[in-house]
Amino acid sequence: MSSPGPAVEVTHLRKSYGSLLAVDDVSFSVAPGEIFGVLGSNGAGKTTTVECVIGLREPDSGTIRLLGLDPRADRKQVHEILGVQLQESAFQAKLRVGEILDMYRTFYRGPADTGQLAEALGLAGKRRDYYRSLSGGQRQRLSVALALIGRPRIAVLDEMTAGLDPQGRRDAWRLVDQVRDRGTTVMLVTHFMEEAERLCDRVALIDAGRIVALDTPAGLVARAKGGKTVRFLPSGPFDEALLTGLAEVTRVERDGRYVVVTGTGELVNAVVLALHEAGVDARDVRLDEASLEDAFVRLTAEHEHDQGGRS
Amino acid sequence: MSGRYASVRPRAPRAAFGAILRNEARLVWRQPAGAISAIGFSVLILVILGELPVFGKPSSQLSGLTPFQIYIPILISFSIGVLALVYLPGPLVSYRELGILRRLSVTPVPASWVLAAQLTVQACLMLIATAIILVTSIAFFGQHAPGNPGGFLLALVLSIAALFAIGLWIAAVTRTSGAVRGISAVILYPLLFFSGLYYPVQLMPSVMLDISHFTPLGAVVQATVYPMFGEFPPTSPLLVLAAYALVFGFLARRFFRWE
Repeated sequence: MSSPGPAVEVTHLRKSYGSLLAVDDVSFSVAPGEIFGVLGSNGAGKTTTVECVIGLREPDSGTIRLLGLDPRADRKQVHEILGVQLQESAFQAKLRVGEILDMYRTFYRGPADTGQLAEALGLAGKRRDYYRSLSGGQRQRLSVALALIGRPRIAVLDEMTAGLDPQGRRDAWRLVDQVRDRGTTVMLVTHFMEEAERLCDRVALIDAGRIVALDTPAGLVARAKGGKTVRFLPSGPFDEALLTGLAEVTRVERDGRYVVVTGTGELVNAVVLALHEAGVDARDVRLDEASLEDAFVRLTAEHEHDQGGRS
Repeated sequence: MSGRYASVRPRAPRAAFGAILRNEARLVWRQPAGAISAIGFSVLILVILGELPVFGKPSSQLSGLTPFQIYIPILISFSIGVLALVYLPGPLVSYRELGILRRLSVTPVPASWVLAAQLTVQACLMLIATAIILVTSIAFFGQHAPGNPGGFLLALVLSIAALFAIGLWIAAVTRTSGAVRGISAVILYPLLFFSGLYYPVQLMPSVMLDISHFTPLGAVVQATVYPMFGEFPPTSPLLVLAAYALVFGFLARRFFRWE
């Protein structure tokens, strides 16, 4: 373990279906123990990317390595260390939850404790229930449980919280945090911003088959909006150069009697302090921080623009 | 690529097959339509025919056998046919449709293990059906155990292999559970006709008998009826069954899709 390479490494991945280019030159690398988000709208190419990563689809070109292994050539070894939750997977209607869990448990060496796993995902009381009697959310929880039952070194979760109620979502998030704390690398596909902000160390934003941004959630937000915005009512006139000269400030605008300052870092402190030294008070101060959702909309829109309206 | 794991050549744990098999067996128990038609229906018919006096009279057209005796291999062929052509492809196609096979293909266990478990469970049902038919005919209707047990077993194994191959081929070329029911019925009913289930083919014009010998279930009847009465099965039905097993086995393998 002296110099651990990346847990997941994707280089120049390309995959098309007929004339539709689903994934177009995607490269990224996920460090061991990282929670890596793949964010994008429906049809952006997230699921295709993930299906190539786990070896379900063969890339047209590019290379994929999971802890140094090729997901197709070394599929046997890869399946030992990989836990997967797929969209749209179902199980036999007339099997009980416990029977499905116990069966999947036998597939792995050193599996997790099914009781604990069922407990963590709120399935403990459902072990005797037939799969067909489960609600959509309960099926989803089972699917997450099966992804983690082999104590994988890499877990790939595709829309893990789709169809979960807020409680189920929090249960699943807590479990992913716990799993990561035990050293598992997590690749999380989602179009749910709050999930990415809450869980991910880094996020790759995918649009039309390409990565348009790759950063921490906070970094993406800052990049998209040029950071945060402070809006205030000055107690008297002042020279704008006072603020534009500050390192934290990128732009100063007037909005009627209000002043809107865009910038990064400890923006409020810097602005208020500078004004105070000039004998001006900042009143009615409001700080707007862009959300990941704003970043998402902004960055994908920029990308559309760059592509010349390609859809 | 040389990762830390590349040197290890892991094999899926053997216990996994037992767990899959156990669950497939539970499913057969909980959805017993296949077992009921293969075992219940054939035993019911056997008992009804056994109670009809006319079925107990030896017939020269049946080489001196009674119609009841000729119905024993026919009902065995029915059990094998209905399980292999309806209750084998049905679950396999729905597992593919539901993504069960796809999900398994990203575990250390090959998806083919589910197929193997299905074959095992269905083969057990076929053997149970055959045993119950034989035991019923011996215990209640004065019949004897197969006179040539080795030949009977060989005929049975080839019959199961041939019908499994056709069932797997159906699973290979069918996309949806709805389609599999339709295709199975379209194939099964004519085959049952030529097996003599509705009316013994031996009593039909000889051209029908000739056709029957080349159909899978007709060949099953012909291969199993001889060893029941002490003779080794004739070569031609054994060859017909082997040919079905090879040709449809090849086609099934060629066209089967896991997702």
